[in-house]
Amino acid sequence: MRVAVVGAGPAGVRAVEQLVRAGVRPLWLDEAPDGGGRIYQRPPAGFVRGARALYGLEARKARAVHATLDALKPLADWQPNTLAWDIGADPRLLHTLREGRAEAHGFDAAILCTGAMDRIMPLPGWTLPGVTTLGGAQIALKAQGCAIGRCVAFLGSGPLLWLAAYQYMKAGATVAAVLDTTPFAAKARALAGLPHDPATLAKGLYYVARLRAAGILVAEGVTPLAIEGDGERGVSALHWRDSSGRERWLDCDAVGLGWGVRPELQLADLAGVPIRFDAVQHNWVPERDAMGRTPLPGIYLAGDGAGIGGADVAEMTGACAAQALLADAGLRTEARLTRRLQGRLRRQARFRAALDRAFPFPAHLAAAMPDETILCRCEAVTAGELRAAATPEGPHGAAPEVNRAKAFTRIGMGRCQGRVCGMAAAEVLAARLGRGVAEIGRLRGQAPVKPLPIMAAPAGEDAA
Amino acid sequence: MQLVRLVDQDRPGIRFVFEGRRCDARAGDTLLTAILAGEGGFLRRSEFGDGPRAGFCLMGACQDCRVVVEGRGPVRACVTECTPGMVVRRA
Repeated sequence: MRVAVVGAGPAGVRAVEQLVRAGVRPLWLDEAPDGGGRIYQRPPAGFVRGARALYGLEARKARAVHATLDALKPLADWQPNTLAWDIGADPRLLHTLREGRAEAHGFDAAILCTGAMDRIMPLPGWTLPGVTTLGGAQIALKAQGCAIGRCVAFLGSGPLLWLAAYQYMKAGATVAAVLDTTPFAAKARALAGLPHDPATLAKGLYYVARLRAAGILVAEGVTPLAIEGDGERGVSALHWRDSSGRERWLDCDAVGLGWGVRPELQLADLAGVPIRFDAVQHNWVPERDAMGRTPLPGIYLAGDGAGIGGADVAEMTGACAAQALLADAGLRTEARLTRRLQGRLRRQARFRAALDRAFPFPAHLAAAMPDETILCRCEAVTAGELRAAATPEGPHGAAPEVNRAKAFTRIGMGRCQGRVCGMAAAEVLAARLGRGVAEIGRLRGQAPVKPLPIMAAPAGEDAA
Repeated sequence: MQLVRLVDQDRPGIRFVFEGRRCDARAGDTLLTAILAGEGGFLRRSEFGDGPRAGFCLMGACQDCRVVVEGRGPVRACVTECTPGMVVRRA
């Protein structure tokens, strides 16, 4: 049986582990030079920090995932540095690119573990050198041992905001402030659901307490106004309004920003998996059952790419998707393991819903985004240009949904294909049209999911 | 943008060329790190005239950190290893 697994983060590792136990040798690829995903990303050779320094309280889990990853590599057709750029469900074909060579792999079943990236709400100045996602700030430290600046502000909401700031402080970086757009009261209300996972809650409180104890400015319920600076010299300040309505300026030379994460679901989309809006997550998520089965035979999903759940959930959904695949193929399954994981996943889902309520995407900021703000950083399309596409007086009439607005303005048409701006663009359009963001739709996926060199050679031919 | 080397920096020095100038980096640096921890400041200029850019996601997704490597063409600086003698310019 030909099985393909895309991604070698926690979900991919646990999926391949189950497949190999059942005697399947899958094609297993990851775009990165090594597995671990983003959460358990390993630095290149020559870096010496141990797991405790790299992954903190998650060191034990990271070590376990890495050990399994390394043990599995010889038992699979392991292909690192390999981009999966298109997939078809009928016929079942996975298109990849490795070291400049394009290949097409037929498969009987595939598990897509494509992960997530930061959820962004643009603000004036966010394209300046010195501004990164929270995930990017964390990767700079984890994988390169660097801080994104001398004096770093952290802005956004969600567990990663606090974790990234804490990791910077611990590594000796200067943290200018942690500015959380969620008011304390909103988080407190959502706390009612959090005790389903007391360990995670305790970790979060620990990070916040340590940052406060270090005397770092921590503010909640803030409104970000602009990142100031100039292109040549980079960031000089963050302009914001505190919860009492007072305007403030914070000196800093870098800003890490983000509001949770959203699934990287382009491959699922291209395969034809239906995508629906999940109002609790405030994300577009691919349709799949609790085991990771999609409505398409042979296509399974796991990890954050299947809906945001975090690293622990990714490990569990990876194993479950593999078990579902094995069951559907009539191969040996482990029913007890599946029952145990499904029970844990149900408890985790309640915790995740509470987290989503505690750290909401700041959709309200879209309506107030100044017209001159660059919304699509690839194509430099401003919020004002997008709003103009929503007016009936325009040359084409009003764009009723986001793909039409893309045709009018080029928003989301650049190299990132709307990964970064797509959600915020939909919010800006929804606010202007006075409609719900789910009605505004999402930018449809297009192959290739990431840019390919135009000279990519088909397998068996030499590059021209 | 000035990346600050904080930890895990005891790695062999390497040299590469950025915008015609010889620069120092360390084995294991990505191009993004090598350029921005040095004096590169930024990676490219937006083709729409809105100024310099220096990447954003650092995980190979946003495509905002493109630079051109001689002999290879455009690459994402955040996921491309800096190797000795590499000749790099802004995209």
